[in-house]
Amino acid sequence: MGKRKGYFGEYGGCFVPETLMPALEELEKAFYRAKIDKNFNEEFESLLKDYVGRPTPLYFAQRLTEHLGGAKIYLKREDLAHTGAHKINNALGQALLAKRLMKKQRIIAETGAGQHGVATATGAALVGLSCDIYMGTEDIRRQKLNVFRMNLLGANVISVDTGSKTLKDAINEALRDWTTNVRTTHYVLGTVFGPHPYPLLVRYFQSIIGREAKKQIIQKEGKLPHCLIACVGGGSNSIGLFSAFLKDNVKMIGVEAGGKGIQTGFHAARFAGGAKGIFQGCLSYVLEDEDGNILETHSVSAGLDYASVGPEHAYLRDTGRVIYTYATDEEALEAFELLSRLEGIIPALESAHALAEAIKIAPKMSKDSIIIVNLSGRGDKDVQEVARIKGISL
Amino acid sequence: MKGFAVRKKLEEVKKQGKKAFIPYIMAGDPSLEETARRLKLLSEAGADLIELGVPFTDPLADGPTIQRAAERALKSGTTLRKILNFLNEIKEEITTPIILMTYLNPVFCYGIEKFFKDAKEAKVAGVIFPDLTVEESEKYRTFAGKYCIDTIFLVAPTSTSERVKKIVKASTGFVYYVSITGITGSQLKLDNTFMEHIDFVKSLGKPVCVGFGVSKPEEASYVAQFADGVIVGSAIVKVFHETPEKALNFIKSLREAI
Repeated sequence: MGKRKGYFGEYGGCFVPETLMPALEELEKAFYRAKIDKNFNEEFESLLKDYVGRPTPLYFAQRLTEHLGGAKIYLKREDLAHTGAHKINNALGQALLAKRLMKKQRIIAETGAGQHGVATATGAALVGLSCDIYMGTEDIRRQKLNVFRMNLLGANVISVDTGSKTLKDAINEALRDWTTNVRTTHYVLGTVFGPHPYPLLVRYFQSIIGREAKKQIIQKEGKLPHCLIACVGGGSNSIGLFSAFLKDNVKMIGVEAGGKGIQTGFHAARFAGGAKGIFQGCLSYVLEDEDGNILETHSVSAGLDYASVGPEHAYLRDTGRVIYTYATDEEALEAFELLSRLEGIIPALESAHALAEAIKIAPKMSKDSIIIVNLSGRGDKDVQEVARIKGISL
Repeated sequence: MKGFAVRKKLEEVKKQGKKAFIPYIMAGDPSLEETARRLKLLSEAGADLIELGVPFTDPLADGPTIQRAAERALKSGTTLRKILNFLNEIKEEITTPIILMTYLNPVFCYGIEKFFKDAKEAKVAGVIFPDLTVEESEKYRTFAGKYCIDTIFLVAPTSTSERVKKIVKASTGFVYYVSITGITGSQLKLDNTFMEHIDFVKSLGKPVCVGFGVSKPEEASYVAQFADGVIVGSAIVKVFHETPEKALNFIKSLREAI
């Protein structure tokens, strides 16, 4: 955390229309109150345990490890959390915050892959709030199953047909809705992005991933891992895992979406192909042209298909604490199939990007070294899209 | 005209016992040549100040009308760089002070100081950055002051009195009162709470102009009763795009109503 409020080094801040500022100030106050509120934290922790199913296991992927012939690979099984991804930790935390501490009647959210939308709809159903989810029409096409799940959970999915029809456009619409209905509505932002205090708030709710992983690996191996790997879209699953290890001697790798390759321009690798910019509430790395307009992105994975990245990641990258790389669509699809065949686990395409990096580096590491890959979500939602890419009709 | 022209113009209007009429158009919609023609038309129809939008791919404070206008402008290849060059070329022809309304990222990518320097060269009188909060504004205000360009900040109906004080202090041209909690082009609804709030903003001593949601002469006339100026955006963008032949009369009717 930098010296200025809401900053990580030079990144972060709060760049939003004035109408939203009082709501962000209110949220900041509620967040600081929540952190020290015993009742709130007890309720949240009890829900994490009995409703979400935490702690999620840390699973030793023996067959994958043998196949790669190098470092031991552990998977942090966020795919086993209720609703099938780490997104539930944050969505539940914010739904509880909206209901208990801010007394709101309605929550809204944006979603790319649909996992955050499903998680928010779940949180809304659980605490009894009305819920609208913004989703780009391109993502609706890719993630029909999740749209149906959100509807089943009582949420209204609002399609967004502007711009690239993906996550960034859904965020614009959600911010517009929030601007209009700010007095009654809380915006459940799904990642460690946007204006202060969201990057801190979401990290707080996701930090459980890293705390559990640390405890579990010490129990299983008696030592810290050598390397952590997680995919980075907005960056919440990775911050959740990394946050507990930042002060330890552990290597960390964040994997962005390389799409069809950086040279092609069809990707979402902000660090490999972007520059500093101010977008959707904060200063971070952005895929933009030289005039400051935001470029369209591409990834096989809807959850990584985003033009910017959480400001804390930009800071961790500049300080060298975390190394950022990317995996292409093709590499992610290979990893998707490999884990399915070898371990009986179908990973989310997002998580498959992290696995692709493990597949690259594990063989070069010694057999007594340990890698933890964050399996941020399960791949059920992606099965139809993968079939479509392979030309198989279901 | 030297710097801080927005404030000067508003003082002038006030001395005449009038209220300012501030129309908005998007630069480059559909082309910069057409923008030059429209700027002249607005000027001749009695605009006191003109707000000129810079197109951006993700205009999150704007409604569909202005977003579409931005899309058309981007399609015609309009960029901040081209707009500044364009203003530089026509600066002798347009006497109405121009306020640039732009999201921050184009300015950030252009270079903050370079932007203010070139904007001054092009005779830009003021700037509005809808996504710049007063908390983040120090650097921008320093350069604006250095190059004598007025900074106009937005106050929303949700702004607390503490925030209003900070915003008014940071605004040098006028305070832009957003009449609704919403995006541009939404429907205008004014109640007692609104009246009390705007009275409070006015009590702090800077000119207050009202925008967002003013789309008809009757609304403009009503808003003019308690504001120093009235800003009309979406409705003007719409008439220029859909029925340009009616634009002049519509703009004149707004001017007369104010």
